[in-house]
Amino acid sequence: MAEPITRFYPRFYDSPQGKIALVTMDNGHDYRKPNTFSEAALMSLNEALDRILAEGDVKGMLLTGKPYSFAAGADISQFPSITTFEEGYRSAKFGHTVMQRIRDLPFPTLAAVNGVALGGGLEIALYCRYRTVAPTVAAIGFPECFLGMVPAWGGCTLGTKLLGPEKAVELIIVNALSQNRLLDGMKAFEAGLADRLFPAVEFLDESLQFLLDILAGRTTVERPALDTGRLGEVVAGARAFVDSRVHGAAPAPYRALELIEGACNWDVERGFEEENKAAADLILTRQCKASLYSFDLVNRYAKRPRGVPDAPPRPIRKVGIIGAGLMASQLAHLFIHRMGVPVVMKDVKQELLDKGCAYVAGEFRKMVERGRMSEGKARHSVSLLHGTLDARDFADCDFVLEAVFEQMEVKKQVFADAERVLRPDAILASNTSALSLTEMAADLEHPERVVGFHFFNPVAVLPLVEIVQAGKTDASSLATAFDVAGKLKKTAVLVKDSPAFLVNRLLSRMLAECLSIVDEGGEFQQVDEALLALGLPMAPFELLPLVGLPVALHVLETLNLAFGSERFPVSPNFKKLVEARKAGIYLREGGSRRVDPEVERLWVRTGNKAFHAEEIRDRVLYSLARETDLILTEKVVSSPREVDLAMILGAGWPFFMGGLTVYLDLEGIASKVLGKVFSST
Amino acid sequence: MKLRDVVVVDGVRTAFGRAGEKGFFWLTRADDMVVKVIRELLRRNPQVTPAMVEENAWGATSQEGDQGMTLGRTSALLAGLPPSCPGFSVDRMCAGGLTAITCAASEIALGVCDVAIAGGVEHMGHHPIGAAADPNPRFLAEKLVSGDALVMGKTAENLHDMFPEITREMADAYACHSQKKTAHAIQEGKIRKMIAPMTVYTREGWTVADRDQQPRPETTLETLKDLKTPFRVQGRVTAGNASGLNDGACGVLLMSADKARELGVKARMRLVGYAYAGVPPEIMGYGPIPATHKVFAQTGLSMEDMSFIELNEAFAVQCLVFMKEFGLEIPHDPRLNPLGGAIAFGHPLAASGPRLVTHLLHHFADSPQARYGLTTLCVGVGQGASAIWENLYAHGNPSRNDQ
Repeated sequence: MAEPITRFYPRFYDSPQGKIALVTMDNGHDYRKPNTFSEAALMSLNEALDRILAEGDVKGMLLTGKPYSFAAGADISQFPSITTFEEGYRSAKFGHTVMQRIRDLPFPTLAAVNGVALGGGLEIALYCRYRTVAPTVAAIGFPECFLGMVPAWGGCTLGTKLLGPEKAVELIIVNALSQNRLLDGMKAFEAGLADRLFPAVEFLDESLQFLLDILAGRTTVERPALDTGRLGEVVAGARAFVDSRVHGAAPAPYRALELIEGACNWDVERGFEEENKAAADLILTRQCKASLYSFDLVNRYAKRPRGVPDAPPRPIRKVGIIGAGLMASQLAHLFIHRMGVPVVMKDVKQELLDKGCAYVAGEFRKMVERGRMSEGKARHSVSLLHGTLDARDFADCDFVLEAVFEQMEVKKQVFADAERVLRPDAILASNTSALSLTEMAADLEHPERVVGFHFFNPVAVLPLVEIVQAGKTDASSLATAFDVAGKLKKTAVLVKDSPAFLVNRLLSRMLAECLSIVDEGGEFQQVDEALLALGLPMAPFELLPLVGLPVALHVLETLNLAFGSERFPVSPNFKKLVEARKAGIYLREGGSRRVDPEVERLWVRTGNKAFHAEEIRDRVLYSLARETDLILTEKVVSSPREVDLAMILGAGWPFFMGGLTVYLDLEGIASKVLGKVFSST
Repeated sequence: MKLRDVVVVDGVRTAFGRAGEKGFFWLTRADDMVVKVIRELLRRNPQVTPAMVEENAWGATSQEGDQGMTLGRTSALLAGLPPSCPGFSVDRMCAGGLTAITCAASEIALGVCDVAIAGGVEHMGHHPIGAAADPNPRFLAEKLVSGDALVMGKTAENLHDMFPEITREMADAYACHSQKKTAHAIQEGKIRKMIAPMTVYTREGWTVADRDQQPRPETTLETLKDLKTPFRVQGRVTAGNASGLNDGACGVLLMSADKARELGVKARMRLVGYAYAGVPPEIMGYGPIPATHKVFAQTGLSMEDMSFIELNEAFAVQCLVFMKEFGLEIPHDPRLNPLGGAIAFGHPLAASGPRLVTHLLHHFADSPQARYGLTTLCVGVGQGASAIWENLYAHGNPSRNDQ
């Protein structure tokens, strides 16, 4: 669907200080569809400026947005139509040319940032001489680097000249690479982006008065002079930060850093010219294309999960959690926090139960300490948790989720115990990461109520839930599972009941490949570094202690059992580590890490092959391509988009890889290994 | 219980817009207009902090949508008054705002609170008069009122019937004069001082509502004479000699005389007395007459004591009937509506009473020799509302406060 065109409406106000042009950016929709800048929008700005100049006696201009919305930046739906450097260059230059006309106006100009101001929407404000902002504005920032682009309509140049390199780095690079962190109006003001902060209630009136006061000489604006004294230090620090985040795998933040550094010395024209080139280069990159795909996937596609049956979800008034371990406790906290329902948490030992309940109470206390919840609400929330050793306390639960030890017999037992007391239509859900739901349900009286409901650790950070349809799961139970996931503010992906489902199957395949490489003679660190260079959030062997070595081994063994040793070999060395109860591969000393000597001692390599980084990456990526293809052939998920969505939200894989399949396609790996492409974009 | 003196410190309003899509407030909420007035009153009187405001009373004829949910309370919260500030809304149609003022003033007089904001608002574009009302069928079935009673223009025709000596020509002449007085007042900059400019969103972008949309300074007897009489064949009431349908808000800042002294703010006029009275709904325009007699009787004052009369001009005929009753000069009396009235400014129902009070404040400031003034309105469904105020600028006034 094409974006509605944002138009610039000039109106003239006969103020006590003379004629003021009030320019409103408005795409004709309410704030839920923010203003964006397409070529047509820029043409409209051009016309508005013509009209203002034609008036001849305008004394000042105020630029603002429709109610509650300033502008959300370039219309990214136009990006894919740009296929050459020249087109990209021309598009960037057109924005500069039109917006520069604002800077050239012969009278004071004020941007009244009344709502969301992102990317180009923030850039246009920088062309005005003054800026005001309301503290309640929720989102101000430059998400460009997060999307494989740089702020190239003056953001790098004017932003740096306004704020200095240190704050520009923070705003343009650090925030974008920190899950696209955005500023609220208060923080934007504190950062120096605005000259005045006016309360939302009369924001525009006060902004207009501020402009009139400037015109009347009743007020002046002081800004700190540009400080480039620590430029070298700032740039070095920023480069180290970018390395730590993308490991060289994404060009945009590096390019942004060059532009920020350059802006300290170049004039504005040179800065704009360099921005044009950067935009033209970046818009053609795989990372930019993949990022836009990921952005759409997460923000639009994920909102309507595929495979939700057409059945009304059942109401959930009370929830049971079987187990009181770390995962179970996180789940208890999540259900209480998001759904506000009573939760019964059961374990077999009082001390485990106490620990779990204390964890939940502690999480609510932390929320109070961080100002995210009132004391009273937290007290009520904690009171909703009931710890028990008796399965009979589940009797009136509508949704019982098990998070006990990953062993089929144990799971079947706790389900059987729960079923004895539950209503026949209460849902039995399992957080298993690898086991068969169908088998788990086999001996139950009502297997149609069983669903897989698989979270990712840490639950508070990773927004994915794999919903598993077991052999007999009925439509109503499945619909309820999706409904619950939504209420928990998680993104659900429907997966078939097959070993390790989706994300863990791919991560295990990767781990198996990495272990094999080390078995054959590779080094742990070398493998990790080779894969980090893809831009993964964590290297495989760094990730292991977080997953837990026994869990990783368990999943691997399950997959081995199902699919054989060719794809999922179980390294005897890895098994030895688990038996020796090693918690990880590395020892940390200060900021550095080294392989635990005991791990090296236990690890008996079967070969002494030397690996190049390239070779390591190829092996891992080739296996991932083949496994993804098999997953799709087996219809574990309905499309490559689900694979990508799950890898982004469940494994934290970066936007600029487009999850997984887009990377495999654009890097030519899919066609090389499979002779075809997944073709999600 | 001894009553305390209640004084008006300030009054301010939004511009009055035309109701409907062509009005500049079409996409602006009524409660936001109220918020504008509350904040402007406090901005103009910095000695009064938000925490001092102990009552926020607002009149609105329609009490739903953007005027609903206890507007006096919601607007206090929206305006940034502390949550401890209570508020309420009242409805007495055209006198809703004046009623809010007398209610709040009575609270102050009784010692219930020291400082209050009171006013009225009507967004007639969003709430066409009577649109959501469901009159009891008994009104007509039992002939409690005639069918005319709920159509204000018809009640004005009824007044013409009752007073045949008041002709259409007289009504037009009155209206023409009202427009001229308003045009003159605008030109002299007297109206701008009472209006808080407000940025308003329109489909063609934000603009500033800083002047009334209703006045027609170009009005002449010629232009008025051919206007249609929509309420009756060969009638006398036209769009030209009646007030319009408008959007607007107006409010005043009230406090006890003691509190004004304590804060060092100028107490500008004192409430002397007020009265409400009922008349047959079919001739609702007659209402100011019994209400004014009543307040005179209560206060011992008479029309001779009044230096200014701010009479709401719902219809020219209703003004002429009032003038005739009290022996004012017809077609125009210098004491009556010196800046013009609702025929020119517009009549956003509940906002009009506070506008009259605000006008009186300005007359008093300009005329220290004046002692008393009257504000009075007719009210739909047959009522009248009158209040008498004393000028605290007046020379030799024993109540004078020289802060």
